Amino acid sequence: MRPAHPVLFVATRKGAWLFHGDADRQRWRIDGPHFLGQIINDLVLDPRDGRTLLAAASTGHLGPTLMRSTDLGAHWHEAATPPAFAASADGSGRSVKHSFWLEPGPASEPGVWYAGTSPQGLFRSTDGGDTWSPFSCLNDDPQFREWMGSEQDGTPDGPKLHSIQIDPRDPQHLYIAMSGGGVHESTDGGRSFTPLLDGLAVVEGFPLDQPTFHDPHCVRLCPGLPDRLYQQNHCGIYRLDRPATRWQRIGENMPAEIGDIGFPLVLHPHDPDTLWVFPMNGDTVWPRTSPDGKPAAYRSCDGGATWQRQDAGLPTEQAWWTVKRQAMCADAERSPGLYLGTTSGEVWASRDEGTSWACLARHLPEIYAIHIGYPRA
Amino acid sequence: MRVLIPSPLHDYTHAPRVDARGATLGALLDDLDRQFPGIRFRIVDEQGRIRRHMRCFIDGTQQFALDRPLNGVEEVVIVQALSGG
Repeated sequence: MRPAHPVLFVATRKGAWLFHGDADRQRWRIDGPHFLGQIINDLVLDPRDGRTLLAAASTGHLGPTLMRSTDLGAHWHEAATPPAFAASADGSGRSVKHSFWLEPGPASEPGVWYAGTSPQGLFRSTDGGDTWSPFSCLNDDPQFREWMGSEQDGTPDGPKLHSIQIDPRDPQHLYIAMSGGGVHESTDGGRSFTPLLDGLAVVEGFPLDQPTFHDPHCVRLCPGLPDRLYQQNHCGIYRLDRPATRWQRIGENMPAEIGDIGFPLVLHPHDPDTLWVFPMNGDTVWPRTSPDGKPAAYRSCDGGATWQRQDAGLPTEQAWWTVKRQAMCADAERSPGLYLGTTSGEVWASRDEGTSWACLARHLPEIYAIHIGYPRA
Repeated sequence: MRVLIPSPLHDYTHAPRVDARGATLGALLDDLDRQFPGIRFRIVDEQGRIRRHMRCFIDGTQQFALDRPLNGVEEVVIVQALSGG
């Protein structure tokens, strides 16, 4: 049985905060800042033990690291060996700029974690995040290095490996995504990966068949239907039902004036047909703001065939923030609550599946990630 | 020899100046890491390069080579670059 009290883990450009909720998700006690001034790209509680909390930390100047806590941040300890690429003989190899995406392994592999980094790298820990090693062929394979492109092909704050999704039925079966570099699938425990790009659009002018120019923003695997994937891409919203290999652009069903560009994509914990996105303006120079300054979530309850706008309680004008790919999540309740953090440092929550929203906090630093967790004593 | 530690790394050393030993700059950083686990990776990346925003001064001169000998050196100054405004 799940413990009753949720905690929101909020990672920001200048530190981390924990929001301790009551059983009704109505009152939240704010604890923080942790790591004031440090860039926290991700902050995740292990759902398997309810105790191990990992923070991907860096600063603008020092090398990156990972911090661990087993008492909800009362004490932090640095990982003994944070993610780092293999050293090359001539010193010309890559170096990790920061860890970006932290993913607990499956329930069948307690202690296993994965990390995606900038620049693109995949790392694994088998001891609860204390020591990390390069994982799979990805980091140094010449073909994948070519597909990763150069710094110029990555996002403005660095190319990233993200969206590490593990099939709950088979830990040998996993997906990863790279910005840029596309979506890839492994069925052999990461020994090899195969591109999964059919049906995905790229920016006009780039060749479709080169993974380098594919930019998945967020890929999610349905927990209750692991053969279904959803994706928010630089060029649209997609669904893929395996064993098919061709993505279907469900974002074409979004209102034309809103479009289907954005970063986060959140799944209903119990209903594989229900998902949420948070559209943004991807016109011309990519403002990365809410369309027309009017932020709204969009929900589909039929696998992306139709979408409903959900903006009750959110600002109705002159709100030029948006939501990053890890900064929106759902809790595990039967009728799930939704949580999002904005680029302007606000935390918003909905207790009714997005129908209405309330602001939990303002004036935090730019929010990079929000996750919900249920700590166990 | 004495080593001046920049403030962003005081969480490791809990002091602005510490003592460390080494025949080269790299060996000195290894000794620092033995005393203060984790500090070296914040200064030097996995390819053995001093990180972009870190600087090491010996006798008032910037040094970028980890094999720089430290014979007769009394103080090594590690600073964080002034980039960022």
